[in-house]
Amino acid sequence: MLDSLLSLGGLVLLRDSVEWEGRSLLKALVKKSALCGEQVHILGCEVSEEEFREGFDSDINNRLVYHDFFRDPLNWSKTEEALPGGPLGALRAICKRTDPGPVTIALDSLSWLLLHLPCTTLCQALHAVSHQDSCPGDSSPVGKVSVLGLLHEELHGPGPVGALSSLAQTEVTLGGTKGQASAHILCRRPRQRPTDQTQWFSILPDFSLDLQEGPSVESQPCSDPHIPPVDPTTHLTFNLHLSKKEREARDSLILPFQFSSEKQQALLRPRPGQATSHIFYEPDAYDDLDQEDPDDDLDI
Amino acid sequence: MFVELNNLLNTTPDRAEQGKLTLLCDAKTDGSFLVHHFLSFYLKANCKVCFVALFQSFSHYNIVGQKLGVNLTVARERGQLVFLEGLKSAVDVFFQTQEEPHPLQFLREANAGNLKPLFEFVREALKPVDGGEARWTYPVLLVDDLSVLLSLGVGAVAVLDFIHYCRATVCWELKLRILWRRPSQPTAQRDQSLTYQYKIQDKSVSFFAKGMSPAVL
Repeated sequence: MLDSLLSLGGLVLLRDSVEWEGRSLLKALVKKSALCGEQVHILGCEVSEEEFREGFDSDINNRLVYHDFFRDPLNWSKTEEALPGGPLGALRAICKRTDPGPVTIALDSLSWLLLHLPCTTLCQALHAVSHQDSCPGDSSPVGKVSVLGLLHEELHGPGPVGALSSLAQTEVTLGGTKGQASAHILCRRPRQRPTDQTQWFSILPDFSLDLQEGPSVESQPCSDPHIPPVDPTTHLTFNLHLSKKEREARDSLILPFQFSSEKQQALLRPRPGQATSHIFYEPDAYDDLDQEDPDDDLDI
Repeated sequence: MFVELNNLLNTTPDRAEQGKLTLLCDAKTDGSFLVHHFLSFYLKANCKVCFVALFQSFSHYNIVGQKLGVNLTVARERGQLVFLEGLKSAVDVFFQTQEEPHPLQFLREANAGNLKPLFEFVREALKPVDGGEARWTYPVLLVDDLSVLLSLGVGAVAVLDFIHYCRATVCWELKLRILWRRPSQPTAQRDQSLTYQYKIQDKSVSFFAKGMSPAVL
C-alpha cells in the first residue's frame, strides 16, 4: 500500500519526527512518481537543491522541477532572484498549468510553510490545490494532482496538525522499532470507511522503496539450543546433596523459636534438673554488698 | 582544545570537515567547555572565525583560551577572529547613533522582528577578502548561545530563520562550519550516537565510557 500512496491523489501527509525522519521516504515517493512519467515539482524550503537531488540518477533529476525557496526565502539579499508570490504563489502557478497530465507536488516541508504562513491561508491553498480535479464547471480536463507534504509533527501544536490532517486524503505516520522503520498509513476514500495499516519498509541508497514483513521474530538474544545448560553443582569438593536419612532428620527438626504446644508445656512445667544449679560468688574487698532492694522507694 | 575530544570526534585541526552545522546542546549541566574547545580548535586550524558571543565577556573567553593555548587578543588584532561582544555592544544600540542597523538591533524593536542585521554582520565578517592571498583556511561561525536570543524576546521562528540563512548563504556558499549552542533536550541521532561521561579538570577534560571512571570502579 505504501507504494501506491499517490494513486489516490489529493494531499498525502508524511508525519515524521526527529527519531524517524521522513525526507528519505519523500524522496523515494518522488522517484516513484518520476518513473511513472508524471510531472514532479519540488517546493524546496529546508534543504538546498544539491542536497535534495543527491542520490537520484540523472534521468530522475531531469524530470524534477525544483522551486528553490532555500537560498533566500525571506528576500534578505534583496536581489531580483526571489520568486514572486513566495511558495504559495508557486503552488498556484503549478496548478494553473495547461498540461493535462498528472502532477505530483512535493512540499519540503509543510512545517516550514506552517511556521511562516498563517495556518488558515495554508489550509485554504492546500484545499484548493488538492481538490482541483473535482472542481465543477471547468472546461479543460485537468489531470490528477497529488500533493506530498512533509510535516515534522514535533514542531507544531495539535491544532494546526489536526487541521492539516483533516485535509489529507492519506496520512502516513513514521515510526519504527529496533532500527526498523514503519509507516502507519491512514487512508480516507470518499464515501468509504477510513482504512489503516502498518507497513514495514526500508529505503535503499538509490531511494527505491523496499517493503518488508516486519522486525525479525528473534528480537531477544536466545541461547544456542545445541549447547546444554551447564550444571554448576557438578565437580564440587563439598557435598550439596542430602541423603534420605539426613532429609528425614532435617524435616523432623523443631526450630528453636517456633512456639508449639510441646514447647509451651515444657516452659510451664519446671524441669527437674533446675534446682541443682548453683552460683558461686567470691566478693572482692571493694564490693559493696547492700542487702536493701534499690527499688523499695518506688511507689508502683 | 581538548585532545581527548578530538580523538572521540576523530578530527584534528589540519583535517577538520567543512560545510557542516554542529549543534551543541546542554541540559541541566554546563556545556560551555565545548565552546572553548571549538574556539581554540578552529583558531589553531588557522580558520577565519566569527564569534557571536552573547553569553560571556571577551576577557572570559580570552582567559580560558590562554589555558588552552590560544590568544584571542592577538587573533583579533591580526584579523583572524571577528568578535561580537554582545554584553558590551548591546549598550551601543541605545547610546550610539548608527547609520546601518546594529547587529543587535532587535533589542530596540517592540516586537523583536528578525535577525537580519545579525545575519548581515556575520556575512560581512566571513566573506572572503578580495585581493591578496588567502591567509586563512576556511571560515567558521560560532554562536554562544542561541538561548540568549530566545531569552531576549526573539521568536523561535526568527532564530530558525537566522540559522536557515547562515546555513544557506554562509554554510553552502562559503562552505564553512557553523557551531551553535542552545539549551534543550539533546536531539536523538539515529545514524551514529555515542554516549560518554566526562570530567572537567583545570586544563583538560577526560572522557570515559559510561561506568568506567576510576572514581566509580
